[in-house]
Amino acid sequence: MSNAPAIVIAEEPIRRAPVAFVELVRTHRRVTVGVLLVALLFLIALLSPVISPHDPLATDPDNSYLRPLSPGHLLGSDELGRDLLSRVLWGARVSLPVAFVAVAVGLVGGGLIGLTSGYAGGLVDLLLMRLMDALLAFPGLILAIAIVAALGPGLRNAMIAIGIVAVPVYARLVRAVVLQLKEMEFVVATRSLGANPARLIVAHFIPNLLNPIIVQVSLSAGFAMLAEATLSFLGLGAQLPTPDWGQMISSGASFLTNDPWLAIVPGAAISITVYSFNLLGDSLRDALDPRLRS
Amino acid sequence: MTAHLLELEDVQTQIALRRGAIRAVDHVSLTLDPGETLGIVGESGSGKSMTALSIMRLLPRAARITGGRIRFKGRDLADLSEDEMEAIRGTEMAMIFQDPMTSLNPVYRAGWQVGEPLRIHRHVDKRASIAAAVDLFRKVGIPDAKTRVDQFPHQFSGGMRQRTMIAMGLSTGPSLLIADEPTTALDVTIQAQILDLLRALNRDYGTATILITHNLGVVAGMCDRVLVMYAGRVVEQGTTEDVFVHPEHPYTWSLLRSIPRLDATGHEPLRPIEGSPPDMGRLPAGCKFHPRCPFVIDRCREEEPDLREVRSQLARCWVTQAGRSLDSPDGR
Repeated sequence: MSNAPAIVIAEEPIRRAPVAFVELVRTHRRVTVGVLLVALLFLIALLSPVISPHDPLATDPDNSYLRPLSPGHLLGSDELGRDLLSRVLWGARVSLPVAFVAVAVGLVGGGLIGLTSGYAGGLVDLLLMRLMDALLAFPGLILAIAIVAALGPGLRNAMIAIGIVAVPVYARLVRAVVLQLKEMEFVVATRSLGANPARLIVAHFIPNLLNPIIVQVSLSAGFAMLAEATLSFLGLGAQLPTPDWGQMISSGASFLTNDPWLAIVPGAAISITVYSFNLLGDSLRDALDPRLRS
Repeated sequence: MTAHLLELEDVQTQIALRRGAIRAVDHVSLTLDPGETLGIVGESGSGKSMTALSIMRLLPRAARITGGRIRFKGRDLADLSEDEMEAIRGTEMAMIFQDPMTSLNPVYRAGWQVGEPLRIHRHVDKRASIAAAVDLFRKVGIPDAKTRVDQFPHQFSGGMRQRTMIAMGLSTGPSLLIADEPTTALDVTIQAQILDLLRALNRDYGTATILITHNLGVVAGMCDRVLVMYAGRVVEQGTTEDVFVHPEHPYTWSLLRSIPRLDATGHEPLRPIEGSPPDMGRLPAGCKFHPRCPFVIDRCREEEPDLREVRSQLARCWVTQAGRSLDSPDGR
């Protein structure tokens, strides 16, 4: 019965269109800018020990409250004479990892919950989603503050708290997409080819989830960055003397009238970072949509 | 009873709804021999697709096979574990679906998808599977195969996508292909091309085919035998020629009569089947077709007939089983 179509491997090798990320980055200008900005931020975080002109913790009472563009202190210095540029550069080493760990916590936790909920349906779905609703009922920051208050202040707990706040967002997003995918005929079609449910989810669902997730990651990286700054501002995140942007704004706030740059410089750092991630996510969403790819 | 490729015996499939279970497939029996083409005809909701999904064991969650036997190559499919079933799907039996727009995964290139069964079952690597896809694309008549394998489904027309689905189904050389309304979503010229393709594949590779359709013309051109379903039951079964030349069930008779003819003289009115398909949750007593049947007799309202031999085919009708012929209805 198997006088079936024989599988002949094509004689000459076929040229596969380069799917590479490089190609994507090269052809979409907004993605290029986004990638460059984010890469630059990572580079800064990585190289801050090398490139910062001063020790971010070294105080110099003789040179306190220097204005930006002062000789030797490009962005000025703070009330203790610490170099602001160095502190901002070192601050990237705190803010970026915190944001990423928090987003990862939210993505993995929420992703698993969303996949389970959407795929299983029924009672499992009902219970998980009511739990997510309960989490969503609190404003994000209040919930994060409550969790940090319960766990104790510190960067590690701040990451966990921000991650937990992001969980329901990812859970709902993933569940919604899975519900939509489940209705598509390619699910039965793929199963009819002998794919088991695990393969269906891993090889066929997850790639379909990537686009919305990428956008959401950029948005929540921005949120996580802000939340971390807020927690640190409130003294619940990074502890003194760690150079942290939120914490710098917090201490700079007292000098807002006479020396506003103490708060403006770290504030600008946060803005630029959040903007970079949003630009990257937004442009990737447009570029990755297979319907828009030519 | 020598080895049929596929044998369904009294298969029953129920769908659990809030208001109770409905019998989507009700005691369906059929056989299919290697290389044969069987048509399953019926209106929407008559249980055609549920029968196919029962064979593949890919029923939606609310549906369950509650009785009967499905034997494929001598093995009772109910005895197989899910793993064993997965090993059969995509190798020995394959299915193509009605809507080629959604039956391909939008994020993957066509070649990758066509190679999926080979990667699952034959463990070939990505490169080789795509090379095989080029070859399969040529077999199903997709021009410019080498460029096409690198494209995404949305860059394909409906007919191309259906060809892609067929290529996917054929990649491992199954002995059974179930085509669930493969041409319904396509326009007429493309329909003809897809049917030609299915016919050629059936002829060249001897793949037994179950063709599910509501289009009688498709059956006439493609199938050796035909099974007519109504309300989850088989109401008539026989060779295509017998069933088309002298239908022995009023439903088949009405279906055939409702087709407008090109060679009709003058203004012949369209003759639809009166009434509407039955509500599966509240089927009438007796013969399920009797409220719409132009030949109805008293017995039809009380007792449901069995599927019995009438002339050279099987029919589930008191009238024809009693020896009357369906020429023109009386009582009208």
